[in-house]
Amino acid sequence: MIGFENVRKEYPGGTLAVEDFTLEIASHEAVALVGTSGSGKTTLMRMINRMVDPTSGRVTIDGEDVAGMNPVALRRSIGYVMQASGLLPHRTVLDNITTVPVLRGTSKTAARERARELMHIVGLDPALATRYPAQLSGGQQQRVGVARGLAADPNILLMDEPFGAVDPIVRDELQGELQRLQRELRKTIVFVTHDIDEAFRIGDRVVILRPGGRIAQVGTPQEILAAPADDFVASFVGADRGARTLHIERIEGRDVIVDADGRAAGVLSAAPARGGADEDRADGTSASTAGQEPPR
Amino acid sequence: MNENPFTGALAWLADPMRWSGPAGIPARTVEHLGYTALGVLVAALIAVPIGLYVGHTGRFKGLAVGAAGVARALPTLGLVTLFALLVGIGLTAPLLSFVILAIPSLLAGAYSAVESADPATVDAARAQGMTEMQILTRVAIPLGMPLLVGGVRGATVQVVATAMLAAYVGAGGLGRYIFQGLGSQDYPEMIAGSLLVIALALVLDLALLLLQRVTAPRGTAVP
Repeated sequence: MIGFENVRKEYPGGTLAVEDFTLEIASHEAVALVGTSGSGKTTLMRMINRMVDPTSGRVTIDGEDVAGMNPVALRRSIGYVMQASGLLPHRTVLDNITTVPVLRGTSKTAARERARELMHIVGLDPALATRYPAQLSGGQQQRVGVARGLAADPNILLMDEPFGAVDPIVRDELQGELQRLQRELRKTIVFVTHDIDEAFRIGDRVVILRPGGRIAQVGTPQEILAAPADDFVASFVGADRGARTLHIERIEGRDVIVDADGRAAGVLSAAPARGGADEDRADGTSASTAGQEPPR
Repeated sequence: MNENPFTGALAWLADPMRWSGPAGIPARTVEHLGYTALGVLVAALIAVPIGLYVGHTGRFKGLAVGAAGVARALPTLGLVTLFALLVGIGLTAPLLSFVILAIPSLLAGAYSAVESADPATVDAARAQGMTEMQILTRVAIPLGMPLLVGGVRGATVQVVATAMLAAYVGAGGLGRYIFQGLGSQDYPEMIAGSLLVIALALVLDLALLLLQRVTAPRGTAVP
């Protein structure tokens, strides 16, 4: 469990990154922090592993204030995946993945064995193990970044726009893989993004931030789409433009879901019976979120 | 002495008598290299840690750059003379001067090696849980190694070319030939001595250039 209690971050010179932020993140929950630049989302995430220390307020992990923890040990216990992968350019894929376990004293052999497993888990060809990051595609680099983040088997995984630098097709693939991984691993994930579709796809809960780290709305994607708290949220999720308004058209005997622009967004597999929100979320094809699924 | 002094210098160099004994070319070359190595080594012990510290932390940057600039501006012959007056004839005075001569290049090399590390890479290393020392030794230095060796290269070439001044205050090295020749107006000997210093400087420069290539981190393009 991660807790933010009245957290404030002011930089010397007076820039106010985060005004007063309070949030609780449950264990095994994936929370997406979403907002434009200047919303303080990355600053907030980096407070969890003490890459940033709050000016006031507390950040806790399982009730313990991180301010009292050794930052190096804390960081080694938390997975961190960043934009453009942040891999060490002079180290091979395998050595990059084993960085944290080796720092924590795992033997090189054991760490490498685990790294090969992780390469398999994140869908990397074992032949890439001896390559250098510059020899990989952007998508492959991000997979290595995810494998490295998972290498020490942390309970918490911080992801800072991890798929921001790859093309949309690869991004879609990586998001799908992350969803699959999370179903198996059930980490506590804090995922920072400026892409609301990504946030809805990854997050069990989504935190929409205004500038200064002020929370505009917290909730499941369904809750936010069903009842945007205000115009800011409505505009952010695109509800005001009708982009989220889907309707059903009957084409050749099947119910096709069509978005506001008249583009087919998917096919309805059954009559739109109203189940629980969880049910809708599990198969990912509820009418409200079908818009994020690309047509196949 | 109406022959061409260059022809004379070549004849001087070709004389087998010059290539043996304690005043022979091999012995003087070894002395010369020894002075150079000692000067660069002592300078490196001072300048490299400071350069790494300044490069990694960004603190005292202005001071370091300023000090290096001042050291660069000092005329070495003047320094050698000054130190010789203070500490006497011998090796100490020229060595002190060589150390001062070598410091700016080494400082700049060490500083730029660390400073050139991509901030995103350093940030990632820190976020993974590397200590500051581990970031320095496992990330910044390996990535900046060619620049660091470049600093050694610059310092070495400067010192090797200047090390002939050791003979000016009574020490050995290839400078002996130059100052002997100067004293006796033996231009072939002077030119031969100069040619030897030049050749040594070129050889060292090339060797360190190769080292620079070899130490380039794998997986990144050679700068």
